Amino acid sequence: MAARTLAQRKQITAWLYASPLVIVLLPFFVAPILVVIIASFLENDGFGGMVRHFTLANYAAIFGAELTWRLYLSTIKFAVLTWAATLVIGFWVAYFLVFHVRNQLLAIGLFLLCTVPFWTSNIIRMISWIPLLGKNGLVNSVLLSSGAIHQPLEFLLFSDFAVIVAYVHQLTIFMIVPIFNAMARIDKRTVEAARDAGASRFDVMRFIIVPLSKNGIALGSIFVLSIVMGDFFVVKVMSGGGSASIVSALFEDIAVLQYPPAAASAVVLLAIVVIMIALILRTVDVRKEIAR
Amino acid sequence: MSTAPVALSRSAMRARRRIAEGVEPKRPWTFWVLATLFAGYVLALYGPMLCIYVLSLQDIRGGLVFPMKGLSLHWFIDLFTQVRTGDVKGGFERSIVLAVLVTVLTVVGSFLAGLAFRQRFKGDGVVFYLMIGSLVAPGLVLGIGIGLLFQYLGIEATWYTSALGAHLSWTLPFGVLVMFAVMSRFDRAWEEAARDLGATRWQIIWMVVVPILAPGLVAVALFGFTLSYDEFSRSLQTSGSLNTLPLEIWSMTLNVTSPSLYALGTVTTIASFLIIGVCLGAIALIQKRRASRVAD
Repeated sequence: MAARTLAQRKQITAWLYASPLVIVLLPFFVAPILVVIIASFLENDGFGGMVRHFTLANYAAIFGAELTWRLYLSTIKFAVLTWAATLVIGFWVAYFLVFHVRNQLLAIGLFLLCTVPFWTSNIIRMISWIPLLGKNGLVNSVLLSSGAIHQPLEFLLFSDFAVIVAYVHQLTIFMIVPIFNAMARIDKRTVEAARDAGASRFDVMRFIIVPLSKNGIALGSIFVLSIVMGDFFVVKVMSGGGSASIVSALFEDIAVLQYPPAAASAVVLLAIVVIMIALILRTVDVRKEIAR
Repeated sequence: MSTAPVALSRSAMRARRRIAEGVEPKRPWTFWVLATLFAGYVLALYGPMLCIYVLSLQDIRGGLVFPMKGLSLHWFIDLFTQVRTGDVKGGFERSIVLAVLVTVLTVVGSFLAGLAFRQRFKGDGVVFYLMIGSLVAPGLVLGIGIGLLFQYLGIEATWYTSALGAHLSWTLPFGVLVMFAVMSRFDRAWEEAARDLGATRWQIIWMVVVPILAPGLVAVALFGFTLSYDEFSRSLQTSGSLNTLPLEIWSMTLNVTSPSLYALGTVTTIASFLIIGVCLGAIALIQKRRASRVAD
């Protein structure tokens, strides 16, 4: 038996270590995605079954319907608005913690304060807006009693506004953590040197802090965009059924056992998410960023 | 033309002098703006949650909004005794067992994958991007795929088979990402030292790597547990006939319009906080023991 070289042995060891991950990903990620792709090309028999007959009708139906375009537009609208809001809040919260809080222990404490709700149920955190935003909710009663308004504001709950509030509430943490990590690694002396050389605070922001936080921003954006694009729960509950997203429409299809149309819609959604993520990944080497 | 930079550096020098004299420089106006933003963010983060905890303590006359009506544990009793609110107790038990299973498998799997990714190996890029893909794929789509796959293979979908796999396809990549960050601070010289002293591969892992990475592994466990315990969209098509807790909550949000819903929120949050407390306590204990050992 020929002795294996050291390099070959290292390869085998690495694969052995990675094998549990691969063993989970193959049947529970690769195979299901393939099943969905195959199902999207099958015919629907109308009784929850699929006929093994190749067709493009499911895709034709998707791209032909005006409803689909409205769904995609509304989902992308939610994604962009949520992304913008979480980015602005997340960036400034991280900036505040890293550059303005002088006591490092206090900064870490405040950072943990921001992360604790992440470990609690998303659904419950979403529901918790109901007593605040409802027609008889806290916000309305305070505004009414202060005389600022005379009619309860109807747009607060079960509206697109409520959907965005719930998203931002849940997802800002996904921006804060990576941006905080990126900013914490910026050498404070760089900022000082720039200031001493006559850079304004705006220049410091523009030429040092934003470029050096770019990787964190990219990582946070991946999480926020992929979660909003894949969500249907928040849209369904917080819009009170008034708005829909790509996945909520897909869920309605599944509920009436229309698998092939749902699968086709899922494939289109996957394609959009993959393109979005790929564009972001082009600007940043995530693997190097995380391992750094 | 050069007056502005000169003026700036003069002010910078003044700031330096103040620091040298032990006087903290005056905070810029942006500090107060951002401090207000931060306070607002924390308030918005915790405020609504506190509201439902308070509202869950109302008595039988209680409604979904303020003002509070009475003070009692009525809705907590209602939650666990009424049939109309669904099988909350069963869902709770299943979710805990599932989350524990997921946690154990996630910790072991991410730890090993973390070891693998320390060097480049053939196909590491493929594994990495599969992982990212699994992380960003819409949960419901993956759930549908797994549901159809099980149906096609003739295997019954249950919470401890298909839902377990569905959860792992999300918690494992997350855990591996955390391991990346944890491993980046691990010095390979420690391992080499152990090897030079004659330790076998398993001895190195058990007696050197695992103890050093222990706080990071606890963090992975915390991720694994809470991500699984809260997972909804991946469970929806994969849990079979018995519901996990998030699925129970989902059906309650659609049917139940009593403070029972808030009581459930309070109960699950208490469970979450217990887990967070246990994990943070474990990390603190490990660090403390380590510090005392160094002191000896």
